[in-house]
Amino acid sequence: MDKDSLKPLIETIIFAADHPISFEKLMNVLEGEKRDEARLALNELINEYAASSRGIIIEEVAGGYQIRTRPEFAPWLRRLFKIGFQKLSKASMETLAMIAYKQPITRMEIEELRGVDSGGVLKTLMDRNLIKIIGRKELPGRPVVYGTTKEFLEVFDLKDLACLPTLKEIITAQEEEIAGETTEDNSAGGDSVQAQGRGDDTGGAGHGQPSGGDGTGDKG
Amino acid sequence: MYKVKLEIFEGPLDLLLHLIKKNEVDIYDIPIAAIAEQYLEYMDIMQTLNLEVAGEFLLMAATLIHIKSKMLLPFSEEETEEEEEGGDPRQELVRRLLEYQKYKEASVQLEQMRILGRDTFAKGLGDRFESSPQVDEGGLVNLSLFDLLEALKDVLSKAPKTISFDVTIEHITIADRINFIMELLGKEKSITFFSIFPSESSRAIIVTTFLAMLELTKMKMIRIYQSEQDGVIRLYAPESSQESTDTQELAVSSQE
Repeated sequence: MDKDSLKPLIETIIFAADHPISFEKLMNVLEGEKRDEARLALNELINEYAASSRGIIIEEVAGGYQIRTRPEFAPWLRRLFKIGFQKLSKASMETLAMIAYKQPITRMEIEELRGVDSGGVLKTLMDRNLIKIIGRKELPGRPVVYGTTKEFLEVFDLKDLACLPTLKEIITAQEEEIAGETTEDNSAGGDSVQAQGRGDDTGGAGHGQPSGGDGTGDKG
Repeated sequence: MYKVKLEIFEGPLDLLLHLIKKNEVDIYDIPIAAIAEQYLEYMDIMQTLNLEVAGEFLLMAATLIHIKSKMLLPFSEEETEEEEEGGDPRQELVRRLLEYQKYKEASVQLEQMRILGRDTFAKGLGDRFESSPQVDEGGLVNLSLFDLLEALKDVLSKAPKTISFDVTIEHITIADRINFIMELLGKEKSITFFSIFPSESSRAIIVTTFLAMLELTKMKMIRIYQSEQDGVIRLYAPESSQESTDTQELAVSSQE
């Protein structure tokens, strides 16, 4: 099939899927079509939607593609559905942010960061399916470590974890001087992109992460 | 005794950041004595309210006092015992505050993402989100518990200091105050925070009213917002009028 016939086909598949559909899955469905052609068709389709005056667009989210509404129409859709994203408390949001940037992370590490018991918020976030237990850490007691779910990416409109907003580093006047000497001008407020989307510890006081959390999901 | 437990309690670091911001002091040069004093004032209020003051708050209070005392000593004396740097005793606290603040800010950024079910919609959302009416929050910001405690401090400071000689003990219950607040809200869509505390209220009434207000928030019977322009805190009635029938029930059941 050529690009122009692939386009409406891909469009219907993305439309019909319940969740963001990955390129790989799309290729499975297309069965035997050329990857290059499909990729080209998909990209053109995305651009066409973006340039159109229609209310919907194709978004790359959670490692796949999904048809979503344009944000400017949100007020009407909220009225239509009477449902929606239930606002998370500040405590839940900050805990979620810590997990997103520092995963895999143990409850103890979270509580050390927040300075307060976090059992309740962790439960809320688990119930909301935004975080999950992704393994255990090789420490005494083998504590479980938490990470974010695919649902998290879907809800927060993220392509992947690397697309998390960059952590703003607060640089002291002193540190700035030192930084200015060693590296090139970094005065843009430390907006450097971090490959894994995870923040590194400013104070250099690493929590010692001996490659924990790769034992995938054995909850027992 | 009535105990209020707030699951979403913000921690001691949050309180410290709040105080640092409020006093407009440099996070790298925290006036520990002044901040510690204010911190303890807050703990006082929390205890007055019988809020379950988490152990973490006590720990932080102890840490602050420890730092304060260390700062009174000349640095050089015990340089061998302490960390080799032997420098500023505030250092570790500052590191924790900065680290915490980093994620607090990150969470604000996350909140601003194009959130599914709020800013953008896709098919099949009905199954994923529980139903809940949306409110327009234009021009209003959510308050932290500390902002509310701050407002309470104001009200309490205006309360009569001397205990009246009138010995007839009024029996004020939270349920009474809940009904009182809901009555006020029944007439208008929103009321100001200060209007729920009639002038000349005793401390007992103020504290009970405040607790009633927290209880109502927890039950989602009211919403509390602060205007971005003038900083006025207002209480809002729930959106749909049908919920008002439940009010009575809930108010009664919360009686201890």
